[in-house]
Amino acid sequence: MIGAAVLVLPGCGDGDASGRGRLVVSAAASLRAPLSACSREFEGARVRISFAGSDELAAQIRRGVRPGVFLAANTKLPRQLAGEGLVEAPVAFATNELVVAVRRDAPLHTLGDVGGGGVTVVVGDETVPVGAYTRTALARVGGDLERRILANVRSEEPDVSGVVGKLLQGSADAAFVYRSDVTGAGGKLRTIDLPARARPQVVYGGAVVRGAGDHAVARRYLDGVLRGPCARALHDAGFGPAPGR
Amino acid sequence: MTAGRWFAPAAGLATALVVGFLTLPVLAIFLDTGPGRLLDSLGDESAQEALRLSLRTTTIAMALILVVGTPAAWFLATRRFPGRALVVTLVELPLVLPPAVAGIALLAAVGPSGILGGALEDAGIALALETAGVVVALTFVAAPFYVRQAMASFEALEPTLLDASRTLGASEARTFARVALPNAVPGLSAGGALALGRALGEFGATLMFAGSFEGITQTMPLAIYAQFSTDFEGALALSAVLVAISAALLLGVKAAGARR
Repeated sequence: MIGAAVLVLPGCGDGDASGRGRLVVSAAASLRAPLSACSREFEGARVRISFAGSDELAAQIRRGVRPGVFLAANTKLPRQLAGEGLVEAPVAFATNELVVAVRRDAPLHTLGDVGGGGVTVVVGDETVPVGAYTRTALARVGGDLERRILANVRSEEPDVSGVVGKLLQGSADAAFVYRSDVTGAGGKLRTIDLPARARPQVVYGGAVVRGAGDHAVARRYLDGVLRGPCARALHDAGFGPAPGR
Repeated sequence: MTAGRWFAPAAGLATALVVGFLTLPVLAIFLDTGPGRLLDSLGDESAQEALRLSLRTTTIAMALILVVGTPAAWFLATRRFPGRALVVTLVELPLVLPPAVAGIALLAAVGPSGILGGALEDAGIALALETAGVVVALTFVAAPFYVRQAMASFEALEPTLLDASRTLGASEARTFARVALPNAVPGLSAGGALALGRALGEFGATLMFAGSFEGITQTMPLAIYAQFSTDFEGALALSAVLVAISAALLLGVKAAGARR
């Protein structure tokens, strides 16, 4: 009994049999698919990623949670946290595009259709980046169409996974999500592009969190997101390169 | 060393751990929230909206649970039939389902593309992303707490009491209404309070099945979650309100039980 307990011990805690430490990453929900796969190949540590709305993750960091790396779906939150001394200087590591997604067979083809009567629309809560981008885009669309689309909104989800979920299982007819979410849905969804003038600039920012364990490993992971295997995974998942790269 | 000597201190220590672990987080809600902040948050329009919605949906869910659940619990408690154990287990199953599983299960059953989704749509009934969907989610997760307790209460009734009623020529309906119900009240209200607390606190199934929209589907727990990222103090204050309501419920039931 005691022997078994001792044998089990090296497998848990902060290291594993190969001597790697553990790195906790807090990442925006929209990064789930690409990051889950590429992070398994990270050599510096065993990576455990906590996916949620960027705003929830930032709030956790403000309340004293210390992941090694914070990856957000905007640059505002990492910049704010840096201003508060909680994370190091943030870097932009990817771009995305806000789109309207509908199911492949849906009879919706234009933004006007999305504002039509009886259409159910789901968006992100205004505090989560995808919800903030959605409101920016709709404000730019403006006028009667903005009002009609907002009047069709039936749920404000805490993160983009919830928005995509509501669309995929049929509760919603249309949803404001990222292009990468449509790519990730593997053909079940198609996009209605927003007019170019309404499209908000969607830039993802990441930063090493201060006071969280192995700084060098966290730095190396963030570098990998910028130009390593995770950068390739992001590209394959439909994300664009960071501005200026 | 005798077994008795270390047991009492160890059990005392375990008790201290249990009490400390279970009360500290709840106390922290109140210690972190000033009374002024609490009142401010109650004045907030969207908090009031969430509270009203929570009370409304919970009341409807509880009415459904009591009206349908009580005779069902009586039936299950007084009948012996093949497969009864299986039926009882199935009824109790939602007790141990994680809320997210309850949400998925409801979607698979009565969601727009669920097995009954088409029939419901033909009948003009919309549940997903509607207040009615919140009621369905609350009823699904809370009902087993009541039905289980109600069954136990009916089974614990003195058999001679029920026999006497029958021997005097009372119908089953009359026995149920005049003898069984009044005598089972303490157990029924305990079960009702558990179900009520569970319904009031329901989060996961509501979010997955009914979504989150102010005034329509955003109940108190969902409002607390929505506020967490931008206004931790406000989220704490809303939590304090929910704790106060739940504690009042629990105390009310205990007091009612003690009086009998």
